[in-house]
Amino acid sequence: MHLLLSQSINLFAAMLLIVVFAMISQRRILRVIHLFTVQGATLVASTIVVGYLTGQHHLYYSAAVTLIVKVILIPVLLHRVIDRLNVRWDVETLINIPTTMLIGIVLVVFAFNLALPIAKLSLSIARGTLGIALACFLLSFMMMISRAKAVPQVIGFLSMENSLFFAAAAATNGMPMIVELGIAFDVLAGILILGVFMFQIREQFDSLDIRHLEKLKED
Amino acid sequence: MISQLLEILVALILAPLLMGWINAWRAWLQNKSAPSLLQPYRTLHKLFHKESVVAETAMPLFRIAPYLVFGCMALACGIVPTLSTDLPMAPAADAIALVGVFALARVFSALAAMDIGTSFGTMGARREMMIGFLAEPALLMVLFTASLITRSTSLASIVHTLASQKFVIYPSLLFSGAAFLLVLLAENARVPVDNPTTHLELTMIHEALILEYSGRHLALIEWAVALKLFAYTCIGAALFFPWGLAQANAPEALLLALPVLVVKLAAAGVVLAMIETVNAKMRIFRVPEFLATAFLLAVIALLVHVLLGA
Amino acid sequence: MILDWMLVTIAGWLLISLLGVACLRRTWLVSRLLFPAGGLLALVFAVLAVSALFSTPEVAELALGLPGLPFHLRLDALSAFFLAVIGGAGAGISIFAAGYFRHGEGTPPGLLCLEYHVFLASMCLVVLADDAYVFMVMWETMALSSFFLVTTNHRVPSIRQAGYLYLLIAHIGAIAILLCFGVLQANTGLYTFANMRAQELSSFWSSCAFLLAVLGFGAKAGILPLHVWLPEAHPAAPSPVSALMSGVMLKTAIYGLLRVAFDLLQLQLSWWGILMLCLGLVTALFGVVFSAVQADMKRLLAYSSIENIGLLFVAIGLALLFKAYGMIGLSTLALTAALFHVVAHAFFKSLLFLGTGSVLHATGERNLGKLGGLMRSMPWVAWLCLVGILASSGLPPLSGFVSEWLLLQSFLFTTGLPDPFFNMLVPVVAAAVALIAALAGYVMVKFFGVIFLGQSREKRLVEAHDASLLERIGLFWLAAVTVLIGIFPVYLIDAIDQVTQALVGYGLAVTVRANGWLVLAPISIERASYSPLIFLGIVGLGVVLAIVMVRLFYHGRIRRAAPWDCGFPAQTARMQDTAEGFGQPILQIFSPFFRVKREVPSPFDAHPQYRLESSDHFWYWFYLPIARVVERLAIIIAKLQQGRIALYLLYSFLTLIVLLVVIKR
Repeated sequence: MHLLLSQSINLFAAMLLIVVFAMISQRRILRVIHLFTVQGATLVASTIVVGYLTGQHHLYYSAAVTLIVKVILIPVLLHRVIDRLNVRWDVETLINIPTTMLIGIVLVVFAFNLALPIAKLSLSIARGTLGIALACFLLSFMMMISRAKAVPQVIGFLSMENSLFFAAAAATNGMPMIVELGIAFDVLAGILILGVFMFQIREQFDSLDIRHLEKLKED
Repeated sequence: MISQLLEILVALILAPLLMGWINAWRAWLQNKSAPSLLQPYRTLHKLFHKESVVAETAMPLFRIAPYLVFGCMALACGIVPTLSTDLPMAPAADAIALVGVFALARVFSALAAMDIGTSFGTMGARREMMIGFLAEPALLMVLFTASLITRSTSLASIVHTLASQKFVIYPSLLFSGAAFLLVLLAENARVPVDNPTTHLELTMIHEALILEYSGRHLALIEWAVALKLFAYTCIGAALFFPWGLAQANAPEALLLALPVLVVKLAAAGVVLAMIETVNAKMRIFRVPEFLATAFLLAVIALLVHVLLGA
Repeated sequence: MILDWMLVTIAGWLLISLLGVACLRRTWLVSRLLFPAGGLLALVFAVLAVSALFSTPEVAELALGLPGLPFHLRLDALSAFFLAVIGGAGAGISIFAAGYFRHGEGTPPGLLCLEYHVFLASMCLVVLADDAYVFMVMWETMALSSFFLVTTNHRVPSIRQAGYLYLLIAHIGAIAILLCFGVLQANTGLYTFANMRAQELSSFWSSCAFLLAVLGFGAKAGILPLHVWLPEAHPAAPSPVSALMSGVMLKTAIYGLLRVAFDLLQLQLSWWGILMLCLGLVTALFGVVFSAVQADMKRLLAYSSIENIGLLFVAIGLALLFKAYGMIGLSTLALTAALFHVVAHAFFKSLLFLGTGSVLHATGERNLGKLGGLMRSMPWVAWLCLVGILASSGLPPLSGFVSEWLLLQSFLFTTGLPDPFFNMLVPVVAAAVALIAALAGYVMVKFFGVIFLGQSREKRLVEAHDASLLERIGLFWLAAVTVLIGIFPVYLIDAIDQVTQALVGYGLAVTVRANGWLVLAPISIERASYSPLIFLGIVGLGVVLAIVMVRLFYHGRIRRAAPWDCGFPAQTARMQDTAEGFGQPILQIFSPFFRVKREVPSPFDAHPQYRLESSDHFWYWFYLPIARVVERLAIIIAKLQQGRIALYLLYSFLTLIVLLVVIKR
């Protein structure tokens, strides 16, 4: 049982990576939000498993916070935002998905190489996951760069935070509770502010395409 | 030897049933009244009875191709462990050769379609080959992940190792499973890539390829298509759910393996019907993207295996 | 002993070439007597080489060449292996050529006979050479004779240009090889290979030698970015010559590379392997993608040769990588894959090139857009070519699949390289190799389907005649070998074993033989096995059973009717998919590879013309800038040219003074 659970952390890590890859290859905004929810749920599950295995009970609380904030609150907020903005079925034109995925593979190789020496030092139960967390982080960053609309960008940002959280939980057995709470509320506040921004952008340009922001620069 | 013969026989008999099962479930899910489960057998019987109308321009290649495709698919069903991992034919062809068998069948059906020299036939051949060259490496990579885990490319020993060891979670198999699903849909002309029930020529891929066939040739091809779907489903079942196969050549073990196989196939059929119901067919130019995703997922699976060692 | 007989055979070729000059314009004599005789000699040569493979190395010293610089020759396993390939493929090509060279077009037949046999002889002597001197002389003879063969139709300007490009790149390569030998002899002044082997070079100088060898032999083999001559020279040459160049001559470059990297150099570094792996991969992908969009059948095959050479580089790179890490077993596996592919490619590519030759003779057309339906009028060529394309697509149970299988196997058992980065690179490379192999299938379906299947796109194709008897014999020989080594790979691996024993000190034959001749299992039967004969047997049995059952239970009635095509009424041959149509998906998916020029007609055009030209970025990024720089330099240097004799004398005088001053110091 114990062995199976510690293996399941690798499984969750792989699932996170798959979800991030799915996100960067997804055109519809609604699906991206769904994927983000799945990512949050995976995170919750992995946190609980790590908490159980290492006997650190504060991880249960942080899992609960994650569940409330990232699986329930933020997706609901995002759904409401896209409903109000009426971009629920928006399709975004992406640059060539295979190319993005190829870059993604390069990033994965890079991240794993980067994490290899650090992972050797770590004594945690899931050393291999650090590389995956790093890869997820870089991929989410890439998603933020490659998207043209504001909502997927915000999701990219959130998924970046998720991967950092996963790195903290899996590789170093969690941060102190107070830090985690702080981050959770930061993210929530960030989402609210970004939501307001999105409405503002929309009002100003009649579109959420952030390329319009280029007009704001002074010539 | 018994297990081998039994396996091929079971494949030949069950493959049309699997087709009928999927069609029935698809109809149910779409609120239609379903055809009988035995409908594919009736269709095959009817087609065999009809005389074969062959185009005047057809060369011998055209008439040989259905038999060759059928032979290839029978071989594929023979080397995929469906009932037992103790197969005398297994040393003849390993995972790489299995991909080769599918490729051989594809090349011959494409050549046969080009043989007549009609506009739709050649278009179908081109599209089929386009799907093939992307799906084939993806399938190979999926199989590679499994062979890296088990240190063998022989399908029988891959499945034997996976089934007999203690239960271990392989994250790399998760990726390759996702890739495999995409490849399965594309290679078997299923919905997001191709529509097996389409009657619109311009969107056809596989149907355009076999447009000129009729009578017994068409029957053989339809049967081969069913066998291919059966083989693919069994590969998926064997790699990702390897339990319940007979390890030895004992008759009672084989008898026990048969219901397990039927249950796995039935579940897979329902899943396939569901995927086909909730998805819409893609534009043809989206297909390379779809398959490239499968290919890259399979490569990531390999990478994850190399990195996590699992 | 064997070496002596080989030299007699080579002398026989030279005699034939002289006889060719003697009967310069007697086409019948040259084609019906001299070429078949040359083909028989090639066969004898192949037999000799095979027997040499299983005997001890021999050396000889010929008192030819300059005084004090005798020709050193050596016949060891590696050279015997390549000689067998040259002889075996050469035999089929020569017999075909006997039926092919008919009417005098361009160069008279006697002269062609001279060039052809000198070309054959020089390739054999390159492989036999045991010092840099013989090697270089023969290498240049090979380049020159093939240059003259390429420019057989020298009245066509584009062919002259192609020949010139070929000669230019061949010379750049030759310079690099010469420098490589210079580095290898390490200032001892002795250019025999035995001396080079004895030198202990530092890793820096070893790397220099290796890089020069890759450059030099890569230019001959057509590795990126020195590949540009291949798609120009191969279509320009007469078909037997293209077959000889693509099937055989490219292999001498592979031979040279193996000789330098595994035999003459005493240490191997891991990054060499990675370098070759990457070079080969890029080349192979480039070659196969470009061959998919070609509309000229010989250009298509030329690009496909580039692809195959790339795959060979990948295999050799992998072997080097393993050797550098001391993993001898895996190194042997990769090297075996490479050598197997050398044989397979030599035969199937020659077969395909010769097939295009027959088509060209029968129709006078190289453009795929004007062919079609030739299987009806040329069944022999078509069915034999079908063997070639199946092998070339890497389909079981033919020869191309075995080498692909061995290569993928060597990728599969790699985990465990000490360097984690290389460890990660390997699966990515394996994926790319699988993609390339699958693309090759696409290309070959296009090649065969557009030429031989469907309806004739031009009316006169119906009158096309099948190949003559001699041509058929040549094609049949090549196809038969392709099938046989595909079905009985174990025997060829037995032969390759001798080579790998000599190069890396290990062979697969022991493990392979332990499982019998029927099943090919390089490591052990549980880990990987493949049996082409059983494979073929089962598929064949399936086919026969299906036919018998259908006849037994149902009937065999058949009715001929017009093609159905969804009831579409007006069907013409021009509505079939063209070569361009077949290339279109590739053009779209791999669009960054190409530089596309497209002319789309407007809807109101009365005579619409659609033109699409896809060309190579390298030409624009690499060659044209170089050409521009050279031109600019030439303008500067041209200032020296004044036209007055006195000035030129002054130049000579000044040079003399400067040289005297330099010597004085």
